[in-house]
Amino acid sequence: MRPFAYERPTALRDVVGLLGEHGSGARLLAGGTDLIIRLRDGSLRPDVVVDVKRVAELDGEIREAGARVRFGALTTMTDIVASARVRRDYPALAEAALFVGSVQIRNRATLAGNMCNASPAADTAPALLVYGAEIVARGPGGSRRLPLDAFFVRSGETTLNPGELVEAIELPVPDGPRGSVHLRRTRRRGHDLASVTMAVSVGRDGRTRLAYGSVGPRPVVVVDDSGTLADPAAPEDAKRERLDTLFADARPSPTSMRASPEYRLAMLRVLGLRGVTTAVDRLAGAR
Amino acid sequence: MTEPLPIELTVNGRDRRVEVLPHHTLLQALREDLGLTGTKECCLVGECGACTVLVDGRSVDSCLMLAAEADGSVVLTVEGLATGGELSPLQQAFLDTSAAQCGFCIPGQLLSAQALLAEVPHPTRAQIEEGLAGNLCRCAGYEQIIEAVRAAAAGAAEAPAIPPAVGDRAAIPDATVAPQ
Repeated sequence: MRPFAYERPTALRDVVGLLGEHGSGARLLAGGTDLIIRLRDGSLRPDVVVDVKRVAELDGEIREAGARVRFGALTTMTDIVASARVRRDYPALAEAALFVGSVQIRNRATLAGNMCNASPAADTAPALLVYGAEIVARGPGGSRRLPLDAFFVRSGETTLNPGELVEAIELPVPDGPRGSVHLRRTRRRGHDLASVTMAVSVGRDGRTRLAYGSVGPRPVVVVDDSGTLADPAAPEDAKRERLDTLFADARPSPTSMRASPEYRLAMLRVLGLRGVTTAVDRLAGAR
Repeated sequence: MTEPLPIELTVNGRDRRVEVLPHHTLLQALREDLGLTGTKECCLVGECGACTVLVDGRSVDSCLMLAAEADGSVVLTVEGLATGGELSPLQQAFLDTSAAQCGFCIPGQLLSAQALLAEVPHPTRAQIEEGLAGNLCRCAGYEQIIEAVRAAAAGAAEAPAIPPAVGDRAAIPDATVAPQ
């Protein structure tokens, strides 16, 4: 690995200060499961690595804050899988977190890091999108909040301003029963990046939110207000037609080694219908 | 600030103080600075698990963690499993079931199994498969490794059950296939 300096600030303002001082020459380190690989292969060459795990204001806790559930920036995938609250209220997120890497990776990889890397294939992004996640960002001007949908730009690029970092990710507390699920397609079971990821959430109001990843430069969320997808009695053909309309903007990469665009588009529709069916079933079984 | 950093950590029950370069991994510190070569270097991208150690009780790929990050932590490597010259029950089970072929992956397999059994003392086959999914064995001796973990869990390392035929999932009642 190419040498770099290592900083371990204990206050958020010092992190912001280091980011201001070093600009693009600084990289933040939380779990490191992506960063260390990229430091080793030379695709990232920072002057300074800023380890945020000793920052007093950052934590790995999952706790209720008003009408939201807050995931501290250091929350790992293992923490998410182990949380009874997440499994009950955000099951698609728990399912997605369980798909990330292996035990060793889940013990280190953070939810915030998964978002900040902004991979189109980020396993937890679709679930967070259907649940209406918000990013709490901290920068030189203080804290601000933005919808996760307004956070992703393209692979590796977010709308974080220079000098900003993610302090927490928040999900609204569910306002009623809903059914939700995460699905993914990979070339093989086990370690692999997804060929298609999908999360679906259906509410009693008949609205269905679907989010998909790995089928374009960033994860995408779409909403069905027609009630067709949420209606258990609606004919399958009508649902397929509705999904085709909702997925019309999917633009899979023509050069990916993992799957052809044709395959991804076909699987997007398969997973979409499967996800809707499962989410509707789960809603029927919900309190 | 690319000079060596002093770190303090407890490795296999012993307090250690070492100077590490900021860009060196925990794996390098263990092997090169502390001479603990039981932890293996292999893929260096967090896929094979040969470098698995426990940090504060949680299994990690030590190739994906900077040595500086381990400052103040408690680390367990394969060298710390045996006590007083006696193999741990888990190590003995690996020996009894002939779970090691070339042996290269075994330190990592042992640490992952150690973490699994600490959390789930009597795991199902599916739980063992998932718990060890981050540890690859290029000899493909998975059946014996799984059997060793089951034997250790049952405290019956001296009388291992006959493992089911490789690939015969029907012979494995509690096997589950994760949804794709």
